[in-house]
Amino acid sequence: MSVSTDLTRLTAAQIAGAIAAGDIRAVEVTRAHLDRIAKVDDRVHAYLHVDTEGALTAAAAVDAQRASGATLGPLAGVPLALKDILTQKGVPTTCGSRILEGWRPPYDSTVVAKLRAAGVVILGKNNMDEFAMGSSTENSAFGPTRNPWDLERIPGGSSGGSSAAVAAFTAPLAIGTDTGGSIRQPAAVTGIVGAKPTYGGVSRYGLVAFSSSLDQAGPFARTVLDTALLHEAIAGHDPLDSTSIDAPVPAVVAAARRGEVRGMRIGVVRELAGEGYQAGVEQRFAETVELLTELGATVVEVSCPHFTYALAAYYLIAPSEASSNLARFDAMRYGLRVGDDGINGVAEVMSATRSAGFGAEVKRRIILGTYALSAGCYDEFYGAAQKVRRLIANDFDAAFADVDVLISPTAPTTAFRIGEKVDDPLSMYLQDLCTIPSNLAGNASISIPVGLAPEDGLPVGLQIMAPAMADERMYRVAGAVEAALREQTGHLLIEGAPEL
Amino acid sequence: MASTRTALTSGDVAHLARLSRLDLTPQELERMAGQLDAILNAVARVAEVAAADVVPMSHAVPLTNVYRPDVVRPGLTPQEALSGAPAAQDQRFRVPRILDTEA
Repeated sequence: MSVSTDLTRLTAAQIAGAIAAGDIRAVEVTRAHLDRIAKVDDRVHAYLHVDTEGALTAAAAVDAQRASGATLGPLAGVPLALKDILTQKGVPTTCGSRILEGWRPPYDSTVVAKLRAAGVVILGKNNMDEFAMGSSTENSAFGPTRNPWDLERIPGGSSGGSSAAVAAFTAPLAIGTDTGGSIRQPAAVTGIVGAKPTYGGVSRYGLVAFSSSLDQAGPFARTVLDTALLHEAIAGHDPLDSTSIDAPVPAVVAAARRGEVRGMRIGVVRELAGEGYQAGVEQRFAETVELLTELGATVVEVSCPHFTYALAAYYLIAPSEASSNLARFDAMRYGLRVGDDGINGVAEVMSATRSAGFGAEVKRRIILGTYALSAGCYDEFYGAAQKVRRLIANDFDAAFADVDVLISPTAPTTAFRIGEKVDDPLSMYLQDLCTIPSNLAGNASISIPVGLAPEDGLPVGLQIMAPAMADERMYRVAGAVEAALREQTGHLLIEGAPEL
Repeated sequence: MASTRTALTSGDVAHLARLSRLDLTPQELERMAGQLDAILNAVARVAEVAAADVVPMSHAVPLTNVYRPDVVRPGLTPQEALSGAPAAQDQRFRVPRILDTEA
């Protein structure tokens, strides 16, 4: 594939390099991606809004900067797709919900401000499960997104629009958010890379809150290096987010470039295997463990006994926080208002609006959270879940005293069929089995593709978990595995996806 | 199972829905009661390991209060703040009647 024939097949690093060298213009790259969106997105439905004018203006600004002789940043002129849960001034932000349909935020999120400063070109906003609640993107009020590997299957969730955009080559980079696995599971089931930075590593200012103590924005890309470049571009302390960590950004780009595991100690989490895990997922995982040993790492089994309680704790903590956070959708200051006929009082208008504006899963979680926090239930449910959270963090501390990183499959299965689990919320929740512990403890975690499951030919992800603010460790391992697999097959896994 | 909880009825869900400012249809109430009951049965196992001596953890980052210098910074203009309002009047959010209603 030559540069001149298909700009959408390039990595972000290649695009930025070619723009900086004057080989291509940012406007050409942006147009190529907008054309690709026009060609394939009616089938994939990764985008809720395409900002053609804004993207071309941003790209032209990068070209003008280069023409003026200014030094460009490492991602200047690279197009990106943004999950529709982060505010971008003047551009519709729906969170996949009718309650915010048509809302144009009056301010930029810090992530967007940093992207703009880096010269990144934002193409548009990605579909998602409503308010990030789901693992399939089927809970979007605007219809599901489809997996580019098989259009009858889910692209993961809740950041399924973002994973599908990158996997469908309509953007080389995307931003998602991860509350219980919503970056890593979509990355795994679409055969790309997705990282959840350490909680507090990336500012939450302008990220519409689902579960504030768990939500974290992070990067998607098709290579480990691109993921690290985007991670570094959006990370850093932000006075506008009081939970943002005031410390230097981990050196993730250098670690991704280094991609070497010799001498590292890697722990396989014993509890994240067995019943409920698809055979092909376990097979690819076992092969990756062997590969890591061949590459010079010491791989040992580690027990994290409380991880088996993580799912239960999460489905109490996240809905509890959501029931409080989503109280802001009260029909008074922004968003939908229903039933304001001059007769109805404020309570009736609130109830009518929220009933019309929220979908079934959001209502279910608000009510679940209201129950878990109610008098008489608090100790047994929310209080107990907070104790489990402590026990899981202790398990991580004990494990990281012995090993540098922990590994597991990212998700127990490959992408399931659209519609397969919509009527069974509990079985949908099981998708997050492996990813939730890192949200509860707040440590960093990444998913990288490690092959296809033999039984269905669909991508399998490896999860690599690192201690808080040691995000660079997971990029070292990820870079090493990606390089070794690329040497074996001659290409990235996603480059073998079927043509759309 | 440590829980002595009795099964959720659609009446219980109706009460929770009222607290959450949600109007649910009888069908929604019925359906949700069954689903919530199944979810609560699954998550109640947190009680198995939540011993009295475990300190609850509310947040991943141990923070106390975070302060910033008390200096004036630019913020939204009134027009920007009201730009998404369903109804506005005299540079204020216009809200439905709040008196003589049951809260």
